[in-house]
This record gives sequence, C-alpha cells and structure tokens, in this order.
Amino acid sequence: MMQFPVATALEAYDPSAITGGKHEFNELTLEIDPAKIVAVCRFLRHEQKFLRLDAVTCVDWYPMEPRFEMVYHLHSIENNQRLRLKSKVGGEKPEIESVYSVWRAADWFEREIFDLFGVGFRNHPNLKRILMPEGWEGHPLRKDYPVHGYKYSYPDE
Amino acid sequence: MSQEKLGVSATLEPVDSPVVGTESKRRTMTLNMGPQHPSTHGVLRILLQLDGETIIKAEPDIGYLHTGIEKQCEGRNYQQVVPLTDRVDYLANLSNNLCYVLAVEKLLQMEVPPMAQWMRVMLTELTRINSHVVWLGTHALDIGAMSIFFYCFREREKILRIFEMFSGQRMMTSYFRIGGLALEPPRGWEKAVKAFIDEFPSNVDEYENLLNNNPIWKIRTQGVASVPLEDLLDLGVTGPMIRAAGLKWDIRKSEPYSSYEKFDFEVPCNNDNDVWGRYRIRMDEFRQSARIVKQALEGMPGGAWQADAPKVVLPGREKMKTQMEALIYHFKIVTEGFRVPAAEVYQCIESPRGELGYYVVSDGTAKPYRVHMRTPSFANLMALPALIEGRLIADSIAGLGSMDFVLGDTDR
Repeated sequence: MMQFPVATALEAYDPSAITGGKHEFNELTLEIDPAKIVAVCRFLRHEQKFLRLDAVTCVDWYPMEPRFEMVYHLHSIENNQRLRLKSKVGGEKPEIESVYSVWRAADWFEREIFDLFGVGFRNHPNLKRILMPEGWEGHPLRKDYPVHGYKYSYPDE
Repeated sequence: MSQEKLGVSATLEPVDSPVVGTESKRRTMTLNMGPQHPSTHGVLRILLQLDGETIIKAEPDIGYLHTGIEKQCEGRNYQQVVPLTDRVDYLANLSNNLCYVLAVEKLLQMEVPPMAQWMRVMLTELTRINSHVVWLGTHALDIGAMSIFFYCFREREKILRIFEMFSGQRMMTSYFRIGGLALEPPRGWEKAVKAFIDEFPSNVDEYENLLNNNPIWKIRTQGVASVPLEDLLDLGVTGPMIRAAGLKWDIRKSEPYSSYEKFDFEVPCNNDNDVWGRYRIRMDEFRQSARIVKQALEGMPGGAWQADAPKVVLPGREKMKTQMEALIYHFKIVTEGFRVPAAEVYQCIESPRGELGYYVVSDGTAKPYRVHMRTPSFANLMALPALIEGRLIADSIAGLGSMDFVLGDTDR
C-alpha cells in the first residue's frame, strides 16, 4: 500500500487506522478500523483534498460475522483521484459513527443504509426511514430478507 | 422571483400575524407540496414550513417510486440486469445501460470493439439531448412559458424514433449489452441520425429565441436559487448544477470512458450559479452533444459491434445453426449466464443529470452479489432545502425545475 501517497499519509497520521487494503482495476481500497472512521474521513477531507463524498453504501456478507461492510466512495476533484474506504460492523445491533459532520452529503446515503440494511448511525441528525414507509417490517436489502417480502412469501421459498 | 425586480418588495414583506393566545408570536403554516404536484415531475412530497409566502424550512420526502431495483439485481444474471437499469432513470436509459455495462466489462476485463464504443458514445449523447429537451420543455412550462414545450417535444419525438430504429423500443431500449451492442445497427441509421443532427443546432437557436429575451423568463430565473459552490460540493451535487457554479468538471474529460478521449468537445461552464446559469449550461451542452454526435457519425469505425468473447456474448443465429460450440455456448449463456471473477468495481459516467456511478460486487457466481447505484438525482435532491429555504414558494418551483431530477432515479 505504501506506493500510494494517500495511504502513506494516512499511515503517518494514525498507524493503527488502516487494517488492510488492495489496488484492483486501478481503484484503491483501504480498510479502516470502524472506531476511527470519522477521524480518518476528517483527515482525508481536510488534509488530502477529498472534498466530495461520492456515495456511502453497504454490502451484507450474511452469514459471515461481522456481516455488514460499509463502503465509502471518496473523490478529490483537484487531484482527480478516487478512494474507497471500507469498515466492517456486525453484532445484534450494528452501529457506526455517522460521517455527516464531515460531509453533509452523507445524510441521505446513511438514512438509506439505515432503512434498507438496518445499520444504525451514531450522531446522525435525522435518522429515519427514507425509501420504505414508516413502520415497515425488516430491512429489504439484507440477504436474509426474501425478495417478495415476508408478507407474500410462500412456505417453501 | 426576486422581489426587487418586480418592484413590490414592500407588499411582499411578511407581516406580523394576529395575536395568538396570550403571547404574541409569528404563526407559521405547514404546507404539503406533492406527492402529486405537477411541478415535482413524479411523486415527490415536500413538507414546507411557511411564514406567509416565505419558505422557512423544506423537507423532501422521497420513496414513492421505490421499486427495489437493487434487490432485484441480486436475483438475476449479469446480462438480465441490463433491462432493469433502463427503469432507473427513465429519461436517460442508455446512460444507465452504459454505466452498468462498463462496470461489468471492467470486472471481466473485456475489451469492446471500437465500433461498439463509438456507437455507445453517439447514442448516449443523443440520450443527453433527449433528457435536456424534456427538462427544458417541462421546466419552462412550470415557469409559464407554454409554447417552448411543443418545440422541445418535436425534437424528442425525432430522437425516440431513432432509438426505436436501433432497438425496437422508444424508451426502455436496453440497447447496450455486456460485450457490445444488443443488435446490429439497422440499415439506414446514418441517414436518420444525420437528418436529425444537421437540423438540431437550428432548433436550439429557436429555443433560445423564445427564452433568452423573454422578460418573464429572465425575472423568474436570474438570481434565483443560488447556493455557494463549497456548499454544493459538500452536499454531493454534480452535473450541470455544479458547472453553473463555476467548476469546470466533467467526468467525460477527467476520467474518459468508452473512448470519449477521442472526441473534441468543450465543457460548458459559467459563474451565474442560479436557475438562469443552469439553463445556459444545458443549452451549451445541446451544442456540444450535437458536435460529438456529428464526429461519431463521420468517424464511425467499421468492423465488429460485439466483443469476441464466446462465453459472454451470445453467438449469431447463423453461427448457432452451423457450429456445435456456438450452440453449446448459447445454451450455457441462456440457462446459466456467465461467471464473473470475485471482485468489486466502481464505474462512473457523466449522465445528463450528473455523476452516475455503479458499484458492482461479484462473489464469483453468475449473479451480482450487490449492485449499488449512485444516482445523480438522489444526491442532487439532497441539496433541495439549501436551494429553496428562505425564498418564496414561486421560486421553489423554479429551483426545483433547475435541478432536473427524475424520481425514478431518486427512489430506484
């Protein structure tokens, strides 16, 4: 990872933040300790010119544990550079710190993950369902959620 | 509309409401705009908190068009996902096709022949024109310029005919496939595209004649709904809105895909940062897109329109009937699909609305493990409160229109 200036700078900033990484298809991915995600994002935004948060999403690796992999796509227009950060969360009540305080763009993306995956975000200003109706049962994009929902599934499905 | 320009600032100043209860306080009203409001162009609900006619707080409520496309993608073969991507943004179908197809081709490390690449560029630029034409017609209609709508839809009809010629469908084309195009380009396509593109620049002049010197249009758009560039970047806004705020950033130039680097075009940019500026950007994009289509038409390379990848691309009919291997591959692809190596990619393109990105995760099987669509409408709509808070209701209509969102794209 050390041939990439971003990774080197991050390593110098906090040696324990990066837990892994890879470079595939010309895309750099860094795995970040979930407890340090906000500090890392703040550093990347203010020191490394990643002014844009492109998207936040989640991948459910059920039945692995920790099952939820948070994926942050960062973009720096000035350096014409993209970076992907990943953090794994799991447990009965998966939760991670919100990056809303770093980029306001995280607002709806995090609400979408809360809605469709059921991952909570600490310190999010308005964490409620966004796409599904209020009071919907379950989180549709989880791998153990049937495509037709609970209400219309058949026993043998 | 700006109050000074109308010369009625005194009358539009909010007045104190009558005394309520024992305490004197200003009363606010909550207004439900949508979900079926004509200017929201789809089903968008905005909760407006009003003080007189001034919007104090706006809260968009989305999800009325949520169809679970990302969930459906996980249950289909890679090739079967292409028609779903059409339904994400129903005004820029081919842009969505292209982005998904490029992402999977990146995973497969597949090289697509030049003719397919150029054809993709030409058709996505026609999609851009199509999308902007619908935007211009409906946006102007919201603000009160009726006639422009008919001019715009005249051109839209011509583009849809071209799409129908290529794919057999007017809107849900699904014309791009993993490995190339779905069908061989039809006979006489050059003539149809040439007839359209030779005439189109004069059509743009017509639109400008109708709007550029229209005093009502100017009053209602100039100086309305401006947000500083830093805020737009922080909120994740992309596309024409950010170019109207003075940032010359276009993914076609900064990260070229599908051989865009071989085309000569400009990225329009201005510093107006208001509804008028966004209108100017899209008018300039019309001309640039026409330029690209023209170059594609003149320099269209010959040769294959599908990659030579028998395990991914369906064999031709003739080959299938004469060669045993082709028949086997056909059977395998149709019944099982093709396996994609376990990896993940993020592919972004410049759609008519801004940055469109597909994040595709593969687990090594024939179905995508996860497809996330970073749609420009979703990210842009997040900035809506910043655009309209503190302004009049009438301005919110102009501001909404200038964002050019599609609710299918927002809710997926």
